[in-house]
Amino acid sequence: MTFPTPSIEYARLSPMLIVFSAAVVGLLLEALLPAQNRYRAQLALSCAALIASFAAVLSLAGNRGSAVMGSVMVDGPAVFLQGAILVVAMAALAPIAERRLAAFTPQGSTVPGTAEEQQAAGDGSIQTEVFPLLLLATGGLLLFPVASDLLTIFVALEVLSLPLYVLCGLARRKRLLSQEAALKYLLLGAFSSALFVYGIALLYGYTGTLTLTGIAQAIGEQPHASLAVTGMGLLAAGLLFKVGAVPFHCWVPDVYQGAPTPITLFMAAATKIAAFGALSRVFYVALPGLTTDWRPVLSAVAALTMLIAAVLTVTQTDIKRLLGYSAVANAGFLLLGVSGSQAGLASTLFYLATYGLATVGVFAVIAVLRRPDGSEETETAYWAGLSRRSPTAACAVALFLLALAGIPLTSGFVAKFAVFQAAAADGAGALVVVGAISSAIIAFAYARIIVVMFFHEPADRTIIAAQPSGPRLAVIAVAAATIVLAGVVPQPLLDLASHAGQFSR
Amino acid sequence: MAGAPLLTTLWVGPLAGALVVMLVPGSQRAVAKWVALLASAGVLAVAVVVAVGFKPGGEHYQFVETHTWITSFGAAYTLGVDGIALALIALTAVLVPLLIVAGWNDASDKESAAHAYMALVLGVESLVMLSFVTLDVLLFYLAFEATLIPLYFLVGRFGGRGCAAVAMKFLLYNLFGGLIMLAAVVGLYVHSAAAGYATLDLRQLIDSAHHVDPAMGKLLFLGFMAAFAIKAPMWPFHSWLPGVANSAKPATAVFMMAVVDKVGTFGMLRYCLQLFPDASIYFRPLIITLAVIGIVYGAIVAIGQVDVMRLIAYTSISHFGFIILGIFVMTSQGQSGSTLYMVNHGISTAALLLIAGFLVSRRGTRLINAYGGVQKVAPVLAGTFLVAGLATLSLPGLATFFSEFLVLIGAFTRYPLAAATAVTALVLSAVYILWMYQRMMGGPVKDGNDRLPDLVPREILVVAPLIALLLLLGVYPKPALDVINPAVSHTLTTINQPDPAPKVMAK
Repeated sequence: MTFPTPSIEYARLSPMLIVFSAAVVGLLLEALLPAQNRYRAQLALSCAALIASFAAVLSLAGNRGSAVMGSVMVDGPAVFLQGAILVVAMAALAPIAERRLAAFTPQGSTVPGTAEEQQAAGDGSIQTEVFPLLLLATGGLLLFPVASDLLTIFVALEVLSLPLYVLCGLARRKRLLSQEAALKYLLLGAFSSALFVYGIALLYGYTGTLTLTGIAQAIGEQPHASLAVTGMGLLAAGLLFKVGAVPFHCWVPDVYQGAPTPITLFMAAATKIAAFGALSRVFYVALPGLTTDWRPVLSAVAALTMLIAAVLTVTQTDIKRLLGYSAVANAGFLLLGVSGSQAGLASTLFYLATYGLATVGVFAVIAVLRRPDGSEETETAYWAGLSRRSPTAACAVALFLLALAGIPLTSGFVAKFAVFQAAAADGAGALVVVGAISSAIIAFAYARIIVVMFFHEPADRTIIAAQPSGPRLAVIAVAAATIVLAGVVPQPLLDLASHAGQFSR
Repeated sequence: MAGAPLLTTLWVGPLAGALVVMLVPGSQRAVAKWVALLASAGVLAVAVVVAVGFKPGGEHYQFVETHTWITSFGAAYTLGVDGIALALIALTAVLVPLLIVAGWNDASDKESAAHAYMALVLGVESLVMLSFVTLDVLLFYLAFEATLIPLYFLVGRFGGRGCAAVAMKFLLYNLFGGLIMLAAVVGLYVHSAAAGYATLDLRQLIDSAHHVDPAMGKLLFLGFMAAFAIKAPMWPFHSWLPGVANSAKPATAVFMMAVVDKVGTFGMLRYCLQLFPDASIYFRPLIITLAVIGIVYGAIVAIGQVDVMRLIAYTSISHFGFIILGIFVMTSQGQSGSTLYMVNHGISTAALLLIAGFLVSRRGTRLINAYGGVQKVAPVLAGTFLVAGLATLSLPGLATFFSEFLVLIGAFTRYPLAAATAVTALVLSAVYILWMYQRMMGGPVKDGNDRLPDLVPREILVVAPLIALLLLLGVYPKPALDVINPAVSHTLTTINQPDPAPKVMAK
């Protein structure tokens, strides 16, 4: 048996190669550098790697083609999604690194509430492994939307998930909640991976190939076999779990609440971008032959996701849980775009980019709202009258919430219009009405927060916004400005999304 | 001034004013207020220039400005005014400076609140102006929906007791209607894209309106109508309004009822009728029935109110019924009357509510029973209140008479039964206004009213122009009608609904 030498197109892989090698170097730094130097070195390395990777993505604009014998496909949407993921990662670095990893536990291996934990805090030790873990997750995220065979998709899925499971459990405060979240995420994630692999196996059994184009061809020749449909269903379940769609959404609020807020920021924005990229690629490239089978299912999932998440959002009192449910609802809006034809891809890309920005912004702001002892306060009851104590922070939160709700003059509105328009063009008018009703319900949930911040009298226990660090402030300001700009003159960003074109086969 | 972007100035002006107000240092409250007043006066000046430059017999849409905007959705930044929009622009431009003066001291209890209050008022003015001048459906929707945000804060932050809940009810009602309309806007665009011209330009859409598939047209009509019926408000979607009148500051309530709600009736006239002519005719009997119910219901409920602000709110619901009736009977008198009614109702409600608000702020209660004999202690206040009240009941010689009369004539030619039912409101309005006046102003001076001060110069400054306008338009409405009539006949031509021929021929 002979193996052909694989051709490796390094240029097309360069964004991922840069990030992965930086992650490996970071791990070596942990082993070699003395403890007091690690923070600076790791931070510099992470910044450099992300910037270099972003530059590599930019240089790939217009470059289309496959790499590593069809395992990876670089095309317009891939470049757009990778760029968006890297922007989010760079933005997440500011809150993650702030005040020497203040959001993370000094030593993840200590048991919460023990003397060892206190000693680790007293020694001033910090868990600088966060940086290589972040880079590994970023690498996996970059690979997820460009992978074009099922095994590579699975590998990317695991590479992005495993570091995130660890990062979720590293919160400095409320450590038990954080560890519980990590465990839930791990168990449910493993479960969904199993479904996904089972789906891969069935599809392979039916088509005899793992590449997406090969699968499309095989299904095109003999469609509608129950084996292929079952495989597709399991595959979809695994992916819908990652995007957090109903009925696979139960982990989202728990994990969003338990994870350290900077990690929630990263996860909420970047994972959604990558997972929707992969989901769209699988459905549009590999399974167009089964469109009549998956479109009704995705439409039903989209409708359920929007409505159920919207209703659950209303009852939340913790801002991070509330945003978790809102992330689920937004997944529903995105599925609305995906459930149409590939012509709606530009709308989905635009939605992902603007949603990512608003998510980055809102989590960056809520992490500076602190109790007098310096810990974050996410219970909205403590936000009464925030606008009197910290008017700028309250206005920023309000702006990001309005953007997430899709209120006009913010980017969220244009994004919602874009996906509604794409869905309606494919004859899903009823779904658009469901989407409009869900939007109204979610807007109510956000409006309640705004009422608490602006119309209630401040109480003694009302929290106050801490002075954010320079980089974090820059992230918040850029996110806010882009949201308004993309809400008022969205055409440049829409052009960018539509120039990305379609997935290459 | 030819070529100057006048219409852009109309909405950018107040917005710029709002920004400047927010930049004034927090301690300089008086400066902030004066800046706001100057900005609104500037807008009034621009509106006057537009009104003078408008040629009643000329092009249908004048002062047109076009720039590319979101080409992906076929939306462009297109502005232009017809006579109907011009009338409402004039109303807005005149009322806002008066409302700023009326609410001069409304927001002085909280730190830096005056700045926020004035900026919000200007923000609402900007968005309302934008919704009147735009000729693009998406831009209209954007302005229509965005108006909710500053208004929500205006009601919720500066109102009286329970205002946060009222603001929330207002927001949810209108947001819900707006989002249904969003679905309809999306549908409209997709429909136009499927027909091959992919645009949200109002004029192009109107030109191709008769190609809309009938079933689709009905759904889209209902989507738009839902938003406008809630905004206007039309019975049975009115229940948010009395609460606002009750809890918000009088100046805010006036802004809401006299100006912002007109966007709803304006939307019916411009968007529902012209974009979906067939569906409008199909639903005409239903809407007219609801409008007539609103006319009678609002009047009867107003009679039973014990709270002066709620009473005025219910009179407005009755009057909005007249406006909607006039629009949907689709006759030239009816629609001209409705447009004129929008203007006159704005002025008369502003006068009535503001004077009532001045009175309430002196005494601290809104209960009608708490007053009595006010005309003996505050004759100017009582006198102006009487004139405003008589305008509300459409006494001949005051502005609202013509508009109500025109609406009723217009209705008689097509729906005699509806008109006959609506006429009962004339009697009922006399009951609620005169009975209220008798209880509050007439009779012996009640305890607690014996030291009520009369109107102060600032308040007279607000009320005098309103009363003058009511008298002026009451005896000489021709300038307004000259502008409105060509626009209305153009509307009726586009929807292909000529006036019914007179049934009784002259011998």
